[in-house]
Amino acid sequence: MKRPLLMTGTTLGVIAGTFLLMNSLPGCRPSGTTKSVVTGDAASRVYVAPGTHDEFYNFVSGGFSGQMAVYGIPSGRLLREIPVFSVDPESGYGYSEETKGMLSTTHGLIPWDDSHHSELSQTDGVPDGKWCFINGNNTPRIALIDLGTFRTGSIIEIPNSAGNHSSPFTTGNSEYIVAGTRFSIPMGDEAARDVPIKTYKENFKGNVSFIHPEPETGKMSIAFQIVTPGVNFDLSHAGKGPSEGWFFFSCYNTEQAYSLLEVNASQRDKDFIMAVNWKLAEQLAKEGKGKRVPGKHHSNWWNHKTHSTETTVYDDVLQLDPKDHPGLLYFMPCPKSPHGCDVDPTGKYIVGSGKLAALIPVFSFEKIQKAIAANDLEGDFAGIPVLKYESVLHGEVKKPGLGPLHTEFDDKGNAYTSFFVSSEIVKWNVEKLEVLDRVPTYYSIGHLSIPGGDSKKPWGKYVIAYNKITKDRYLPTGPELTQSAQMYSIDGDKMELLLDFPTTGEPHYAQAIPAELVKPREVKFFKIEENEHPFVAKGEKETKIERRGKEVHVWMTTIRSHFAPDNIEGIKLGDEVYFHVTNLEQDWDVPHGFAIKGAATAELLLMPGETQTLKWVPTRVGITPFYCTDFCSALHQEMQGYIRVSPANSSVPLTAQTVSVDAEL
Amino acid sequence: MKPISRIMIAVAALALLVLLFVPIWRIDLQAPQYPEGLFIQIYADHFAGDVEKINGLNHYIGMGTIHDEMFPEFVYLPKVLIGLAVFGVLAAVWGKRQGLFAGLITLTVFGLWALYDMYKWGYSYGHDLDPRAAIKVEGQAYQPPLIGHKKLLNFDAWSTPDTGGWILFGVLALLAGVYFLELRRKRPAKPITA
Repeated sequence: MKRPLLMTGTTLGVIAGTFLLMNSLPGCRPSGTTKSVVTGDAASRVYVAPGTHDEFYNFVSGGFSGQMAVYGIPSGRLLREIPVFSVDPESGYGYSEETKGMLSTTHGLIPWDDSHHSELSQTDGVPDGKWCFINGNNTPRIALIDLGTFRTGSIIEIPNSAGNHSSPFTTGNSEYIVAGTRFSIPMGDEAARDVPIKTYKENFKGNVSFIHPEPETGKMSIAFQIVTPGVNFDLSHAGKGPSEGWFFFSCYNTEQAYSLLEVNASQRDKDFIMAVNWKLAEQLAKEGKGKRVPGKHHSNWWNHKTHSTETTVYDDVLQLDPKDHPGLLYFMPCPKSPHGCDVDPTGKYIVGSGKLAALIPVFSFEKIQKAIAANDLEGDFAGIPVLKYESVLHGEVKKPGLGPLHTEFDDKGNAYTSFFVSSEIVKWNVEKLEVLDRVPTYYSIGHLSIPGGDSKKPWGKYVIAYNKITKDRYLPTGPELTQSAQMYSIDGDKMELLLDFPTTGEPHYAQAIPAELVKPREVKFFKIEENEHPFVAKGEKETKIERRGKEVHVWMTTIRSHFAPDNIEGIKLGDEVYFHVTNLEQDWDVPHGFAIKGAATAELLLMPGETQTLKWVPTRVGITPFYCTDFCSALHQEMQGYIRVSPANSSVPLTAQTVSVDAEL
Repeated sequence: MKPISRIMIAVAALALLVLLFVPIWRIDLQAPQYPEGLFIQIYADHFAGDVEKINGLNHYIGMGTIHDEMFPEFVYLPKVLIGLAVFGVLAAVWGKRQGLFAGLITLTVFGLWALYDMYKWGYSYGHDLDPRAAIKVEGQAYQPPLIGHKKLLNFDAWSTPDTGGWILFGVLALLAGVYFLELRRKRPAKPITA
């Protein structure tokens, strides 16, 4: 037995010490250190002149905001926050009749999630600027963002998963996006799921899912799930080049603890990186191996033609059990609860980052293959073969820092690893395993990101740190401070701090890509002639009102600067009114808003050519105003209308009109 | 006339047929809110460009909308162009200086008429404003420039020949050049034959 208690004690001591120092002795930090690390010309290197564009897009997870934020690099300017897993009253996302479905799950409409990792779609192992994926950690889901519209294009729920953390990493041609469960749980029918928590070892199982996005439409479906022993999956990355066809997942809690994991899951010196032969799994699935098991889930897809969600409900999922299929899974020992699991651009090396470790192990894919061929095992873990650590190791980076979390790569054979505990980025050479440079981060970096830094083709100009703590870096804003990122240049031998910029939510993982790969895809407006919404009005002549029992439907249009119709009468208390509003504009950057006094469904923000529906249930008799919320023209403030609501038994006829001044004369 | 002159006349005449397919004139508009600019191209038989966007903007100031159907020119202009081309080819075949002269005059008249027609339309487009327009500026008219630049409220407008317009000017210049050379060639020859 190694000395687990001593190791844990030491490590915890270091962590506690770091926090104590930061919390109780801020006055003891030498003054001026934070400023002195910025070099003289940093300002000009991040300055993007008014009216000019940034060089890169940076897609940053919004953490507990549930959204994804888009920044320009090198300026760090926030360009847009894309609604993904959380409702967005500003745009009506999750409130309009059409968008509610995007958030539908087997638990009903879930208005929030915790988004962690963004991942760009790839072609030949290189980001292609087509889509960006992001995971919902809490109610396990994966979302696909369409980079033509910067909108959520589809969301799939992951069954038999609890905490979708190890996700949404992609294979080299985005054949699959993976989802590994953070929490292992019992699966199967109700009786199989209703078990005492202490029966973790016998009854709790992990799994990793391979999700296929349809190349044309972006519709997602689960190709197969692989059942694993009960552990916690943390992060993952696909192999590339020579390791193409394999996927690597870091896992912790190989102690299989189910309580006080802080201590109980930190006992073993080594946990695992799990290697999955996904080409073999794909072949097995195609051959009809594996079995369909219960796993009800929703797959929601946004139809750009009907401007509506289409939800497909699946009752089960195809599962492969590695016990029936030798060669599918292998475990590789990796020190101390690994977090990052990163494959270098050549695809030859896999870097594990044990978050409680003081070294970085680098595994060699070639040696992994040799060890598998030679059956060079140190045993098994719950029936899965465990390869011998020394046999698969390329080498260890010695004394790099404390608490390595995540590694990305440049295009010169170097790796950049974030260290949470020692709050720094360390640059090291992948072949030689030599530390080359280190810079402090302010404070306690989590993930980091280099444009294309997890792909075959990094654009090694900047590394961006996503920090967990900001403390004194910005103007204070009460107990809750801004979240922040920091950008360093990496095109020279030395890393140089260039910029701090605030972020929304907690920035976990992020990805960046040259803007030129995304800009040509941009949709400027939706063509009205392609609008297939069932309630579209393609011109003011098509506007109308119709009663269907207690439901009243209004076909309405907006164009600078009026609504048609804008005088509605004959609505009665007890009615449900559906406003199907079409924005007739056919020019870039001419949205209209639609807001009704007292509407519990927020507002609509309609892009040109788009149709969306606001449901409104009047609560009182009288005249209710509505108006446009997006300043659309010099006559925006004139863009308004009235609805007359009468008692339930009233006989006011149902009318909807726009009254021209001619009629009044 | 020399064979080369006759060939040039035929080429010039046939070049007029290109005007059936390319834009003849172009109006560019730029405003602070339209950094990418708006434009209209006038073809022999239709408008192209941001006609719908400009129609949408014009309602603020009470300008009428423009549609292809409003212009009878779009029906007969292609026929006139074909006629002129046929005339030119016949003049080349005939080979007499008088034919060339007649063609040159006809084409010049056509060009002047086209400019006048455009001016006339532009005048009414810019002056006949809806009295109920939301934005009324005392004394302001919105007639686009016939050629060159003009400031119209927040818009800068430029009116310039497009491909077809340049071809038309080229054809005129070519015919005028041929005519001039033919005149010079003929004169010194006279005393000898006389």
